[in-house]
Amino acid sequence: MSNRRIKVLLAKPGLDGHDVGAKVVVHALMEAGFEVIYTGLRQTPDAIAAAAAKAGVDVVGLSILSGAHLPLCRRIRDLLQEKGLHDTLWIVGGNIPEADRMVLKQLGYRGVFPTGSRTDAIVNFIRENVK
Amino acid sequence: MTGKLRDAKPSARQEIPIRRIVNESGIEIKPLYTADDVVSTGGVDASRPGEAPFTRGIHPLMYRHRPFTMRQYTGFANAADTNERFKYLIANGQTGLNVAFDLATQCGYDSDAPEAVGEVGRVGMAIDTLRDFEIAFDGIDLDAITVSLTINGAAAVLIAMYLAMAEKRGYDIAKLRGTAQNDILKEFIGRGTWIYPVDPSVKLVADTIEYCAKVAPKYSPVSVCGYHIRESGATPAEEMGYAFSIAKAYTDAALARGLDIDEFAGRLSFNFNIFGNLFEQVAKFRAGRRHWAKIILEEYGAKKPDSGWLRMIAGGGGFGLTIEQPENNIMRGAYYALIAALGGAQTMALCCYDEAYTIPTPKAQRLSLRTMQLLIEEIGLADTVDPLGGSYYIESLTNQLEEKIVAAMNWVDANGGIVKAVSDGVIQAKVSQYAYQRQKALESGALRKVGVNCYTESDEEKPDVALHGYDEMGAIEQIASLRKVRAERSSDAVARSLATLRADAQAGRNVMPAMMAAVKAYATVGEMSNALVDVYGRFQEPTKIWYRVA
Repeated sequence: MSNRRIKVLLAKPGLDGHDVGAKVVVHALMEAGFEVIYTGLRQTPDAIAAAAAKAGVDVVGLSILSGAHLPLCRRIRDLLQEKGLHDTLWIVGGNIPEADRMVLKQLGYRGVFPTGSRTDAIVNFIRENVK
Repeated sequence: MTGKLRDAKPSARQEIPIRRIVNESGIEIKPLYTADDVVSTGGVDASRPGEAPFTRGIHPLMYRHRPFTMRQYTGFANAADTNERFKYLIANGQTGLNVAFDLATQCGYDSDAPEAVGEVGRVGMAIDTLRDFEIAFDGIDLDAITVSLTINGAAAVLIAMYLAMAEKRGYDIAKLRGTAQNDILKEFIGRGTWIYPVDPSVKLVADTIEYCAKVAPKYSPVSVCGYHIRESGATPAEEMGYAFSIAKAYTDAALARGLDIDEFAGRLSFNFNIFGNLFEQVAKFRAGRRHWAKIILEEYGAKKPDSGWLRMIAGGGGFGLTIEQPENNIMRGAYYALIAALGGAQTMALCCYDEAYTIPTPKAQRLSLRTMQLLIEEIGLADTVDPLGGSYYIESLTNQLEEKIVAAMNWVDANGGIVKAVSDGVIQAKVSQYAYQRQKALESGALRKVGVNCYTESDEEKPDVALHGYDEMGAIEQIASLRKVRAERSSDAVARSLATLRADAQAGRNVMPAMMAAVKAYATVGEMSNALVDVYGRFQEPTKIWYRVA
């Protein structure tokens, strides 16, 4: 890849208010030299897809701890595809049981980072997978 | 981080290198404390429990008179399922209720709102109208079991609902006890169930304090939470200091209504966290009690000593629990309970061992309850007041913690006060930076966490976790029952009460009387919240979390 800075949208979809992890990841990605847009809490899937398209990001990251990751990720996948963002890297983190990780990968979320993941693992994954 | 203690006297024989230990609040911990340390940190606190400044406890006899209330955080699915779990816990010896609501309710949405899709009954009980409250508390004696509502953005609505439900069942609300969390300022820092912008949100808190002072004077309308700020990334001293800055903001808002400090200060309560170093937390509670009493009795000039009581629920410990080796959380929970008891909490609630990742199973909840009961029945924690009082270490730490609490409050003041610090996002940025430092320390191993970065298991042994199931059918049923209530109620009465609510909000009047009328007309949580959104607007979260904060 070029020397262009990797641009990441980090979003908190739905009503879940757990944002410690999302903000920790924002700090880690910024320290790694990425450009990060953090949406804040309470974002609708439409708002997230629109923000990703508008900012022209390389990575869309979602953080969900309420357990509502499957319905939210399905909806956001549909909207990202509608906006032609198939070639961006989608990742999701949060409270995600083993069984759901495969489902999320099948939906197109190439990186799934359950609670307890290291921040350097997220940074490295993005570096390796952004085209 | 190895080094020598600065004040360690050089030995004639050989200097033993001692690892330098600094606790989270930034206090260097010595290997030995003596009477000299108590003197040099500020002296001996000779006050007795039940005497201002209440360092040793707010009551003379503490748990000898009444053991701490056991109040596990509970709520899921709908009112009927939650009612059943309440009764299970009460049958197992629980002495209070601590109610969890789903995110739609907490954020002011009805179960059939588009924002609620996938969230109805997921992380707590779904509440749409007074009908749900009638079902949730059916058969529970509200005099014998006090109820704490963990509700913030929608607190005014749910307090009105609780009072209306009790009134309908024949209770005299002038004598009704209970608590609402209703601490919106901390929601902007951590937890995130805000609805309206900061200023009208604080105005609503003042409305509830004023209304309860007049109508339900035994009810505690606010429980100020250091808890979630600590979870979000504050030190123990900051947890308490920021909570006091917040409590002062509510106090000032209530005084501005013309209330006397003694009319309401005694009904302010607090909620603090218990994970971390045992001695630091116990000293935090002792220092916090002393400092809050000084604030209310000296700074605000309250006349009634109990106005200066730091009444608290100490519990949770959520951040201390881990998804790795989750059974270790059983032991952590026991130590955290010990901290709360040694700290003199009025009420205790423990995060269950599986609560690091899901809504707890009944078995896990019972285990937490048994942990608390063990302390009282077998371990002797209810026998003597402030058993660590007089320890050179604890007394020194208490003095030092109080200084750190004052420093945290001064930091808030230097940033324009708590309302400005929250509106600007500067306090959110500060705690998120500490959370990041804490995460880095965990990843580097500088901060040791058993089962996470030491004594770990290989990947193959890692147990997968089971999440509390989400019941799609339950959500559909909840929506059906909401629509039934909507069809059965008088739509004229609802429309009139909502119009009054909107008008009162517009005019800056106390909205609680109109809220009570709307609740009794079976207006929904969403309708009442939206009426206020029409007037106040919705909060826009500051998202600049990365700038450097001194």
